[in-house]
Amino acid sequence: MTLLEIRDLHVGVDSREIIRGLDLMVNAGEVHAIMGPNGSGKSTLSHVIAGKPGYEVTGGQILFRGEDLLEMEPNERAAKGVFLAFQYPVEIPGVTTMNFLRTALNAQRKARGRGEFSTPEFLKKVREVAESLNIPRDMLKRGVNVGFSGGEKKRNEILQMALFEPSLCILDEIDSGLDIDALRIVASGINGLRSPERAMIVITHYQRLLHYIVPDYVHVMSKGRVVKSGGKELALELEACGYGQFETAA
Amino acid sequence: MVAVQETVERVRRIDVDQYRYGFETLIESDKAPKGLSEDTVRFISAKKNEPAWMLEWRLEAYRRWLTMTEPTWARVDYPKIDYQDIYYYAAPKPKKTLSSTDEIDPEILKTYEKLGIPLREVAILEGVEPPPGGPQTPNRKIAVDAVFDSVSVATTFQKELKAAGVIFMPISEAIREHPELVQKYLGTVVPTSDNYFATLNSAVFSDGSFVYVPPGVRCPMELSTYFRINERNTGQFERTLIIADKGSYVSYLEGCTAPQRDENQLHAAVVELVTLDDAEIKYSTVQNWYPGNSEGKGGIYNFVTKRGDCRGKNSKISWTQVETGSAITWKYPSCILRGDNSSGEFYSIAISNGFQQVDSGTKMIHLAKNTSSRIISKGIAAGKSQNTYRGLVSAHRKATGARNYTACDSLLIGDKCGAHTVPYVEAKNSSATFEHEATTSKISEDVLFYCLQRGLSEQQAIGLVVNGFAKDVLQKLPMEFAVEAQKLISISLEGSVG
Repeated sequence: MTLLEIRDLHVGVDSREIIRGLDLMVNAGEVHAIMGPNGSGKSTLSHVIAGKPGYEVTGGQILFRGEDLLEMEPNERAAKGVFLAFQYPVEIPGVTTMNFLRTALNAQRKARGRGEFSTPEFLKKVREVAESLNIPRDMLKRGVNVGFSGGEKKRNEILQMALFEPSLCILDEIDSGLDIDALRIVASGINGLRSPERAMIVITHYQRLLHYIVPDYVHVMSKGRVVKSGGKELALELEACGYGQFETAA
Repeated sequence: MVAVQETVERVRRIDVDQYRYGFETLIESDKAPKGLSEDTVRFISAKKNEPAWMLEWRLEAYRRWLTMTEPTWARVDYPKIDYQDIYYYAAPKPKKTLSSTDEIDPEILKTYEKLGIPLREVAILEGVEPPPGGPQTPNRKIAVDAVFDSVSVATTFQKELKAAGVIFMPISEAIREHPELVQKYLGTVVPTSDNYFATLNSAVFSDGSFVYVPPGVRCPMELSTYFRINERNTGQFERTLIIADKGSYVSYLEGCTAPQRDENQLHAAVVELVTLDDAEIKYSTVQNWYPGNSEGKGGIYNFVTKRGDCRGKNSKISWTQVETGSAITWKYPSCILRGDNSSGEFYSIAISNGFQQVDSGTKMIHLAKNTSSRIISKGIAAGKSQNTYRGLVSAHRKATGARNYTACDSLLIGDKCGAHTVPYVEAKNSSATFEHEATTSKISEDVLFYCLQRGLSEQQAIGLVVNGFAKDVLQKLPMEFAVEAQKLISISLEGSVG
């Protein structure tokens, strides 16, 4: 089943075109890696799918299960099942992680027409997931991402991904700032969420992450377009030869 | 940047017409003739059956007021007030003399019911849960004094309080029934000559609450006064006097609302607190006067003088305020630390939206040895509002070992509003330790987007972020008010971006 369909997408910021005619098709159950050099438009793509303000879509379409995603508010997209794991998760002082998770989860459940979790149900669920990600309970009592290390912030993203049960997960450079141990934990958390109903888009600079999260497809982006698509072996090729060959091709 | 532009647009479309307490009660009222003169003062005093000394006190204040000019130093801007165009006294016409709350005019009862204020002696406010892990107190009681325009319409739990020796009654009654206490303390913290608005209040105040807690008594319940302005063109000038005698403790809550009206209304209150040796007063306010509409029309002018005098050694006064209403706020709840080892605290959340102007803060006057004070102020500005913190911390030359810690944080929502911090610090004693910290931040587009991506609506996101920002202060509120205040914060910021 086609989950996400992007057709001839054009996106600008401050009248500068960042994405210039991008096509992408993602089916349920698939993991797609998007690779490319800095400034190729990878993060912009993830932001536009999630609905971040500040971007102007000048052409093309993004369909999610056949519905026009661009017409929806960011929170409506979230309720539909679009989840973005941020490259730089923000800090929200004074709001405990637990409170934030609960407010967000219940907002999504409500939007999906499901009942809110009771406090014990919610606590049980959070604790289970947190344990599997090696997240200490004390971290859940602290302000959202306040004083978290890079690894803790990323684990917190995966914790939310697990709780909200999205159908499309976009992971924007989830590997940045992680040491090898943290990377293993995060990657195994992500792998545990792979399922036939769920698709993932993994955005990264480096092949390293793809040793742990093995994609079904790899796309190379350059200058706002997908310039090459292939299987997982494409990532290895990139590692050997670099992005140089595609820079000129684009 | 595009993102910022978008916020600006949204803020422009701001709509603060969401005031939930803006209804009017249709009730006949008994008013003084419009305008202010010696006759008005005499009229009010006569209405209250006051003794001669009280009338003299008022007249003296009135005569002094005539010689004073309205202060202009605050960062607020409003058209000149015509003091002759105001009713200084309005009272709902009583059907007969009341002996219990069951006999209150049903219209007034309904008003307070709508406001969620229990005038019948119910044990607990709705929707209040005991704090997690805290003491389970299923039968928490709150005694309420309800002030409607210029008179107190009901005071609950009087009998129970009396058994504990606590006096809690309308000040108009206290003047008649406990003249020795009133005469001993009234005007000793805020003298009749103190400032323009306090002097005006001294001349024309009509009602308010009086509390006396005898030595060694811990007041068995929260005391609360609920102020409601109903009548058109009427000023409310309430006067509150709270005395905590040696070793006693009392926690007092104050709430306020008013109907939605196009014209501005004046509210000039005076609150005086006195703590003797080892006594403590905790005074909390949730101020939700009508703030005016989305064009800045109407709303309450709130010019209030609140001051506590830590007269005895080891005594303590703590002010906690959540300010969300009023078109203009001019208010500086202060502490005079006169007793050795006494301490003062000020915890404040001031929210401004639409065209509201807030100039608020505190004064901590250290006069005695080893006195300490703490100021935590959270200003939140949205819409086209201006929010100023103005604070004074001073140490007298005899105030050896005085300590103060001040933290002023401002949060801006959108870019049409302003936050200002004006701290004054005076240390005449070299052993004083004063610390001051201040920050200003903005709810960034990134934080909003993060919350929205997690499924929160914009409204929920702002409510969450602001409640987080104000958490240190919210925690200081009595539980009943903390619940109300959190909701109020979200409501008053409705429409601030969306």
